[in-house]
Amino acid sequence: MSEITKVAEKEPTFAFGKKERKLLTDPLNDNNPITVQVLGICSALAVTTKVDASFVMAIAVVFVCAFSNLIISLLRNSIPKSVRMIVQLVAIATLVTIVELVLKAANYTVFTELSVFIGLIITNCIVMGRLEAFAMANGPWKSFLDGIGNGIGYGIILIAVAAIRELFGKGTFYNIQILGDWYTPNGLMVLFPSAMFVIGILIWIHRSWNRDLIDVS
Amino acid sequence: MESQLLNIFIKSAFIENLALAYFLGMCSYLAVSKTVKTAFGLGLAVIFVLGITMPINWIISNYLLAETGVFGIDLTFLRLILFIAVIASMVQLVEMVVEKFSPSLYNSLGIFLPLITVNCAILGGSLFMVSKEYNFSESIAFGLGGGFGWFLAIIAIAAIREKIQYSAVPGPLRGLGMAFLLTGLMGMAFMSLMGIDPAAF
Repeated sequence: MSEITKVAEKEPTFAFGKKERKLLTDPLNDNNPITVQVLGICSALAVTTKVDASFVMAIAVVFVCAFSNLIISLLRNSIPKSVRMIVQLVAIATLVTIVELVLKAANYTVFTELSVFIGLIITNCIVMGRLEAFAMANGPWKSFLDGIGNGIGYGIILIAVAAIRELFGKGTFYNIQILGDWYTPNGLMVLFPSAMFVIGILIWIHRSWNRDLIDVS
Repeated sequence: MESQLLNIFIKSAFIENLALAYFLGMCSYLAVSKTVKTAFGLGLAVIFVLGITMPINWIISNYLLAETGVFGIDLTFLRLILFIAVIASMVQLVEMVVEKFSPSLYNSLGIFLPLITVNCAILGGSLFMVSKEYNFSESIAFGLGGGFGWFLAIIAIAAIREKIQYSAVPGPLRGLGMAFLLTGLMGMAFMSLMGIDPAAF
């Protein structure tokens, strides 16, 4: 945050007013990618068995989302409509390949844990969805902020789910023992279906707290 | 040989179901499963695209990207970009062919065809196929089986969601929340298939 405001002081084009702040905070609550927009569920389910893996995943998604939004927003006036999907996918795929190679070099154990799911960021609907819905119609700076906001909104849910699953599934948090020997790890929490239950319950809590989001149909 | 292909088909359709065992393609699975009719169209399109892209991606990864391939150098870092390009162009091609030869099917599928590009079950299937080191015909069986399993899963959830509209679900849980809980339960049911060895039949 401090970096962003520093840039804003220097350059007026990178204004950081109320509107821009809303771009960052909206995806955290009213327009959360996972619990409201239903985007990016697959990776949210698969990587959330451990907090450290989901932390890395969240950072990767923030990076890919922000920079693909920036690139597509810069190119938005020169992309023909008929090939826009392929252009978008190439931009995303390039960024994801960068993330994959960097992670492979920096932290190989987490890389093997995340395996195909780093690759699947390409098809993470958050990235593509934000490109279609926001970057194709807005300027680079706003799109960049929107990418960061949505990435963080996704990351928060990811880490919340991972914290619950790791705590009850293994009795640990970030690989540190929290629950003592008296706790028998609940094997179900490590398996996929529990991610569904945890996210379902998170949606329940979120919507009872923010009642505007309730499905009326 | 044939029985082995059948094994892979059954294994990828039921035991390693892309939707309910690996939870791939969840976004469109949750977003499009409000009625059985649309779920049916999307499911068919997924079978079709998986069945086509899987052998094409097999050829690419074995003859272009592998060290023993045409270029003689290890190009696996290009895998993601090429796979996704194949999928995007295949979806575009399928869309054009369907539009030309069967306008009625095209109209009933509507926007679901382009949506398949970002269905992670397709790309995930291709990446699984590489990591499992299938041969060419096995990759076709894996693609068709995976697509069929995904088709069954989306029809099942859509049917349940149609019926659950008549139940008194708590307000905040209505719609999306309930779909999550249902999918979790279905996933647990599918987990009980995991111990089955299709070779035993």
